[in-house]
Amino acid sequence: MTAMERALAAMAHREPDRVPLFLLTTLHGARELGLGLREYFSSARHVIEGQLRLLARYRGDCVTPSCGAVAEAEAFGAEAIYRDDGPPNAGPPPLRPEDVEWLTPPRVQDCPSLVRGLEVIRGLAERVKGAVPIMGSVISPFSLPIMQLGFERYLQLLHDQPSRFARLMAVNEVFCVEWANAQLAAGATAVGYADPMSSTTIIPRPLYLRTGHLVARETLPRIRGAVAIHLASGRGLALAPDLIATGAAAVGVSALEDLADWKSAVRGRMTVVGNLNGLEMRRWTAEQAEAAVKRAIAGAGRGGGFVLSDNHGEIPWQVPDAVLLAIRDAVDRWGRYPLAWVGETA
Amino acid sequence: MDRARAEPVLADARRALPPLQIVDDLLVPVLAQLGDDWCAGKLALSQIYMAGRICEELVDTLLPAHAPGPTTAPRQAIVVLDDYHLLGKRIVLSMLRASGIPILDYGRMEVPQLVERIIADHLDHLLVSTLMLPSALEVKTLRSALARRGHPVRIAVGGAPFLLDPELWCEVGADAGGRSAADAVTILRGWLEAPAR
Repeated sequence: MTAMERALAAMAHREPDRVPLFLLTTLHGARELGLGLREYFSSARHVIEGQLRLLARYRGDCVTPSCGAVAEAEAFGAEAIYRDDGPPNAGPPPLRPEDVEWLTPPRVQDCPSLVRGLEVIRGLAERVKGAVPIMGSVISPFSLPIMQLGFERYLQLLHDQPSRFARLMAVNEVFCVEWANAQLAAGATAVGYADPMSSTTIIPRPLYLRTGHLVARETLPRIRGAVAIHLASGRGLALAPDLIATGAAAVGVSALEDLADWKSAVRGRMTVVGNLNGLEMRRWTAEQAEAAVKRAIAGAGRGGGFVLSDNHGEIPWQVPDAVLLAIRDAVDRWGRYPLAWVGETA
Repeated sequence: MDRARAEPVLADARRALPPLQIVDDLLVPVLAQLGDDWCAGKLALSQIYMAGRICEELVDTLLPAHAPGPTTAPRQAIVVLDDYHLLGKRIVLSMLRASGIPILDYGRMEVPQLVERIIADHLDHLLVSTLMLPSALEVKTLRSALARRGHPVRIAVGGAPFLLDPELWCEVGADAGGRSAADAVTILRGWLEAPAR
């Protein structure tokens, strides 16, 4: 099977030849090329080459064109702050609540970082020729204000300023849909919808149902391709039926939750993606990596509908090559279907 | 998280207890329970934020600004190291103020500036809040820089990376790690009752 065939079978809730492995190494390509992260992300050519080298080294089942979530905040005026040991971060929030009154959706073509992201996708699509999924990504309209306004001001707006909240969501939805569809048109196979604000770690379910859930139900149907919701390390099991109702094809699971619980909650309706702990991964031995992979596969692997990945949607820069190779080896060893070694109760 | 229901409870307590005892016997246990519920996934961050703000305002009515207080500046501070995610610090500040613990708010700083400020203020205790892993790892740099300057401040850390990786606080050389904002209260109270020097 090609990586694409493997991933599609899993997403169709069938068992492929082995568990698909989505190693979301957005940063490690810089190491492959011997570049600093600022220089790496400054050129689409670097990211394309980095992703292809990582694909060859770790034999993962996807490539990730992401140049950092900060690109979407940059479209609204935020500054990208680069560092040598992690993803670029957003600087001070560019908007005040009163700015929402006049805010209009930025156009993808006007934001150099987003245009570069599309170049990366087109370049990867030319090289992998449909054999490997290209995972695009957007920040949900509901979560983007954490960077647009700052978390505290956003919580205040969410609770106390309903008309401004509605206006901000309308603007963000237009932007999110345009950005997602541009990625799909450039060759992305599917789009990850990063929505940490919706997790029950951040807001209670009743508030989610009145806000982030409605936003997702407005937004996802307008995205012309498969969408995977990712709560970016936040808890979400209590939202499982609500997330199914958004129409998302897959859900990214936090390391704080149990994959088997998630599989039971969404079996046959959504593919479960996760949930290797990216932070602890930094110091895993080969044995610990193997044990973590086995545990994840035992929890959610049977019957398809499962993609092994990290818990956050991005492997930290500090995770060493040896750990990533150990994960790869463990998937080869324990991820072959029909997973006869997994107990009937798994 | 209901301010209207909290106020009569506080009014009843005021008729029976002195203000500091209300803080100790009523508010601090409530904050600790909120922290436990947050760790167990029963409460969301937005609820903790609102609860902290309400408790902070209630304490302001109990211990008004003109009430006698410490005559010297606090020797403990809180800071966001390196990144621009300030909500965690805001919540901890509310919890500390609601618990009657004075603290300096350093806002957001990077290591060199922070070291100078710590030394200038003769700090004994520092609370560090981070959201991103690279910022969390900067605590190690901070610890080394303070050691080179011969200033052994006690450091407690908190934030998402420490929640997802329970060993991280040891790895970065902190003296304690908090899993909730309420933990910051417990840690700091313990340190204030048993000073290191």
